Amino acid sequence: MRANVVTFLHKILRKDTLTSDANLLVIEAPEIAKKCKPGQFIILRIDEPGERIPLSLADYDPRKGTVTTIFLATGKTTQELASMNEEDAIANVTGPLGTPSGIDHFGHVVLCGGGLGIAPLYPIAKALKNAGNKITVIIGARSKGLLFYEDELQSVCDQLYVTTDDGTKGRKGFVVDQLQDLLTNKKIDRVVAIGPAVMMRSIADATRPYGVSTVVSLNSIMVDGTGMCGACRVEVGGETKFTCVDGPEFDAHLVDFGLLMKRLNTYLAEEKRAKDLYNKTSMGAP
Amino acid sequence: MVVRKTAVPMPEQGPGARIRNFDEVALGYSAEQAVEEAKRCLQCKDRPCVSGCPVEVDIPAFVKLVTEKRFPEAIRKIKETNNLPAICGRVCPQEEQCTKHCTLGKKFEPVAIGRLERFVADLELETGLPPISRAKPTGKKAAVVGSGPAGLTAAADLAKLGHEVVLFEALHKAGGVLMYGIPNFRLPKEVVGAEVGYVMSLGVKLETDMVVGKLYSIDELLKSFDAVFIGTGAGLPHFMGIPGENLPGVYSANEFLIRANLMKAYLFPEYDTPIKTGRYVVTVGGGNVAMDAARTALRLGAEESVILYRRTEREMPARIEEIKRAKEEGVKFQLLSQPVRILGSDWVKAVECMKMELGAPDESGRRRPIPVEGGNFIVDVDLVVVAIGQGPNPLIPKCTPDLRTNRDGTIQIDEKTCMTSKEGVFAGGDITTGEATVIQAMSAGKRAARSIHEYITHKDRRATGS
Repeated sequence: MRANVVTFLHKILRKDTLTSDANLLVIEAPEIAKKCKPGQFIILRIDEPGERIPLSLADYDPRKGTVTTIFLATGKTTQELASMNEEDAIANVTGPLGTPSGIDHFGHVVLCGGGLGIAPLYPIAKALKNAGNKITVIIGARSKGLLFYEDELQSVCDQLYVTTDDGTKGRKGFVVDQLQDLLTNKKIDRVVAIGPAVMMRSIADATRPYGVSTVVSLNSIMVDGTGMCGACRVEVGGETKFTCVDGPEFDAHLVDFGLLMKRLNTYLAEEKRAKDLYNKTSMGAP
Repeated sequence: MVVRKTAVPMPEQGPGARIRNFDEVALGYSAEQAVEEAKRCLQCKDRPCVSGCPVEVDIPAFVKLVTEKRFPEAIRKIKETNNLPAICGRVCPQEEQCTKHCTLGKKFEPVAIGRLERFVADLELETGLPPISRAKPTGKKAAVVGSGPAGLTAAADLAKLGHEVVLFEALHKAGGVLMYGIPNFRLPKEVVGAEVGYVMSLGVKLETDMVVGKLYSIDELLKSFDAVFIGTGAGLPHFMGIPGENLPGVYSANEFLIRANLMKAYLFPEYDTPIKTGRYVVTVGGGNVAMDAARTALRLGAEESVILYRRTEREMPARIEEIKRAKEEGVKFQLLSQPVRILGSDWVKAVECMKMELGAPDESGRRRPIPVEGGNFIVDVDLVVVAIGQGPNPLIPKCTPDLRTNRDGTIQIDEKTCMTSKEGVFAGGDITTGEATVIQAMSAGKRAARSIHEYITHKDRRATGS
């Protein structure tokens, strides 16, 4: 009876530990890889009792039939994902989801990545570069050891800036500090910012007085990812939008970041409970 | 012979027990009970019940077979026209269809056709039967998009006619609303899984995790298939558009039920998907989905689960049986109340409502609710579920510009043939009608399968020039 189910085994082809908690997985997904565009994401479910989690794409290769995702092992599901090895299979991978990033000839585009938000900048920067834009990239993290993908981003931009909160690499401070300097000294036609909600809000606030068009990619909680549940709803310019289908990119100047942050906290207690339970029971845990 | 005036009651879990679990409420007939109930059928010559059935099940014939204890033949009789009887026996609104026309029902309680259908269907799922014979392979291919009741039916019928069928599902499990929407206590997921299994046993190939409209366009599908059927349902949750509706603690019924049903969040943390429960849960709406949500909230541990509805119980679109069950379980009804504002800062705290009264009938024939001056009041809550309906899923129409849609977003079709404005593309179910019933979607799936068969055959003749 189950013989007719077409199970695409989504095998993990490569696994890398980029920093103390950032992991990279190259996953076999030939159909999805053929269709991915910059700014899109996937939803995966590890196994039957698993939850569906959205993950942004750090890269994809239609020839090899793979998608690459980078994630922080901060919750139960991401820890479990990080514990998987090459040749292991993920039960369900769906994608590409979301509206692709706007790729056009804008002129000078500054891409800002904070923490995990560095990863999805890469395909966007690559496409914008190919579209003839001048690309400046600013990436930032708390500390030197948490930075990744510098070489990849370097290869697709004209200028790369690095910031760390503790000053262990590049400029001491935040991504927005570097951006602020550029805003006062350089002509900027567009800003793309991906990272924690607080960081994206500060960037929106920085570019607003200059009238520089700014887009952010939101990391709302999702379930189906196809516009059916509304878990990911956000308010943009006073209108309710679904991040999964209307986004994930929105006009930064119109996003209600306060609401986004509140909604991101919905399951904090449950997330902690699941993680504690997992760390208590999973093998190899201290 | 004296006819029983009332239907043989079906055993069920009592309200006290069932609100502590997600197991099915109605437990089904035993063979003896089924035979006893079947014997109530008068076997009328003019068969009024059949005319009430959207998929034209030969009801008197299968009921007669039940009286003769020929259960395998009875289910085969049903399956001549109905591919999903274990589902229909549970969720069809029989009181508005077959049993509405039952001759016995004119004087007494009508024959419990749904319960009999469920009995023979469940028996088959338990014992298993050889699949129904299929036509010779035609070498033609059809793509069915969406594996809800419309898609499953279209896929099954097309496979029976000998066509190669691929069924595309966006989620990780097949069944559509049967899987993500209707709770386990009303329609166990094993039953849905088994019915999906039956459809696949006919040769239908299922591809899950494939979002048509994102992964493949309809035009791409048309390159590899002779015809495409779109049955993507009414998956777009409606909201009220009132202040505070996006506060944490406000769910769409879709999200609440997807978490509970598809993701089995009621088993958290054994299952990874969390769901919020509240002590005081308010569900806005008066349909079956609202009843499902309010009853789910109780099972998740709500101390008080309240249905907030702007008209009275009489105008509620939910089935009487569902309203009755909700009440038995302790769901409270706050009628003639319309939310105007949701209050709270980091989490929902209260709902401000407007007191309503009924005025003259509106275009739906139901009396229109009108606000009572100065009648606003506040209900303290810690969870709100918005169950005021769903719209057609916009994903495919949005990325298929030559697919004509109506103003409400439904796909335009020819009622008879289910043909859309796009050559080779057919549609049916909630995506063309807006939110309706499982059986109506199945009926559309059947109609579509017939005309797709016609279309493919005709196309073949045209291509070979005969």
